[in-house]
Amino acid sequence: MRVVLGEDLFLLREGMERLLEAHGCTIVASVDNAPELLRALVDERPDVAIVDVRLPPTFTDEGIQVALEARRRVPGLPVLVLSQYVEQLYARELLADGAGSVGYLLKDRVLNSGQFIEAVRRVADGGTAMDPKVIEKLLHNRARQEPLDSLTQRELEVLGLMAEGRSNAGIAESLFVTDKAIGKHINSIFSKLQLLPSRDDNRRVQAVLTYLNVATA
Amino acid sequence: MTDGSRTDDQPARQGRNWLTAGWLAMGRGLTMFFLGLAAVLLAWFAIVGTSLTLLGFGLFLVPGLVTALRWSANTQRRLTGNTGVRIAEPYGPAPRAEGGWKGAWRKCVAVFTDSATWRDMLWAQCAVTVTGLLAILPFASLVHGLFGMLLPFIWEPVVQSWDGTWYLFVPVRGQESAWIAGGLGLLEIPVGLLVAPYVLRLHARITRSLLAPTAKARMGRRVEHLARTRTDVVDSSAAEIRRIERDLHDGAQARLLAMGMKLSAAESLLDENPEAVRTLLAETRDASMRALEELRDLVRGIHPPVLADRGLVDAVRSLALESRLQVQVTAGVPDRPEPAVESAAYFAVCELLANATKHSGARRVLIDIQYRANALAVSVTDDGHGGAGPESGSGLQGVQRRLAAFDGTLGISSPVGGPTTVSLQIPCALTVTP
Repeated sequence: MRVVLGEDLFLLREGMERLLEAHGCTIVASVDNAPELLRALVDERPDVAIVDVRLPPTFTDEGIQVALEARRRVPGLPVLVLSQYVEQLYARELLADGAGSVGYLLKDRVLNSGQFIEAVRRVADGGTAMDPKVIEKLLHNRARQEPLDSLTQRELEVLGLMAEGRSNAGIAESLFVTDKAIGKHINSIFSKLQLLPSRDDNRRVQAVLTYLNVATA
Repeated sequence: MTDGSRTDDQPARQGRNWLTAGWLAMGRGLTMFFLGLAAVLLAWFAIVGTSLTLLGFGLFLVPGLVTALRWSANTQRRLTGNTGVRIAEPYGPAPRAEGGWKGAWRKCVAVFTDSATWRDMLWAQCAVTVTGLLAILPFASLVHGLFGMLLPFIWEPVVQSWDGTWYLFVPVRGQESAWIAGGLGLLEIPVGLLVAPYVLRLHARITRSLLAPTAKARMGRRVEHLARTRTDVVDSSAAEIRRIERDLHDGAQARLLAMGMKLSAAESLLDENPEAVRTLLAETRDASMRALEELRDLVRGIHPPVLADRGLVDAVRSLALESRLQVQVTAGVPDRPEPAVESAAYFAVCELLANATKHSGARRVLIDIQYRANALAVSVTDDGHGGAGPESGSGLQGVQRRLAAFDGTLGISSPVGGPTTVSLQIPCALTVTP
């Protein structure tokens, strides 16, 4: 897997490089500022980009801006954004083009290397990986989301884990049920949200977008 | 906080025909004359009350009398406002409520040291003589005109009892001259109606010079306001720093210490009990995540990242996304205000939204952020059951205090049964980004 890394803190960048290489990734570019990152993403077209939100020159939301710009130029370019904070607003902006292949995680998640690498793979494969914090807040605010009213509690849980970017096996494991049961829940979610059968991965993204209440184009 | 006396006179007769305006002005003039009469009586009562302070019980009399005088002066200010000449209230803040001799003494001192009291007294003296005569002039022209119109019918007894009667410039000697007087009287009434609004405006201007706060008083109040808000700001930022210090000390700092201790325990167990080391390391990792979380919350409480990144409007949008209520945000802010103003507005909106969530029973909230007339205007409207007021919680008072530091104001409209609208205004200039 070819990875472009955009992170301005040297220690973190080095740590992530080591972690990714240990899991068989190739770092094709590793930069510490926004303009260079955009150039690297457009030139290298990596399998996945891992991007910090705050980057020089202004240390505000360059990471998000670069990710959005790169995906405008290279549609569907897989980007995993890491941040010290998760903001619903940024999560929605990333998801808004409806193309999937995006992730938005707290930097803390890097500490759990297994899950982090799984999220990276998921995004590279066209899925989504949203931070549990984003999901958690949405669960609190569920009262206002009409399309999801028809789902059962269990189905919501499954959808939440799907949004985090877990595989069927991963979801089964964390809910202590079989893969088959999860498959059934997922099919029921698809039909309740009226997502027509197509490629499964795409439907997963659509379901997650509905969950996150993002209007798809 | 600033007074309105500098606002320019508005046309007194906007959108009305001269007749209605004339009648209105006449009536108002008459009212003002009687008000002046009441004021001069009150002023003399107050002076008598003042002389009674020497006997002691006057102390209790004076504040009440002065309050009555102020009421009449304020009524005059309000009436004058009708003609388009606005007059601000010049009085200093009332002293803290206190009973007994001491409280009465304090009130008296406050009343007597306020230059506005003496200016009120001066106004009361003029209110009947100078300005009062002016105010009643239009009405007098009506009465005089009517008298003139009656003269052709009653000139005989009048001339008999009042030798050498003149009507305006016509000596009334017989029926013929009485008819001339009648014609003049007929003419005088419309002339009086026509000039009445202008006379009243002149009256308003003279009254303003007497009743408006002096430049010195304005400055004094401004200085007082600035001193008070500065103290509030300093106090609240000191409290904020104490809170941050405590949070760091009890939270992240303690957790880092515990992590260090766990790591050194793991180090000493490394050879003999690798299984225990694994548990300790897992615990340490969890502790580090919790420390990060606490630091994150702390930073968010000081200055939310989206606010720093994107500014007020997006920060409020983000707040709306995270709210349990259905929050709609509309905005028209061409550029970013200065950071301090943004921050004050943001935390005010936070507080208002939290209030709506906790107390109002609302389902939907509308937040509108606009920049107009050199001020940031934010309104938060919910469809809850209403009944909110600054006294119903310290939250709104806190917001008010924080806004006061920027000369901002807070307005609440919350009838029982809802809806509640809280609007805030913060004067500011937009920083133009390159």
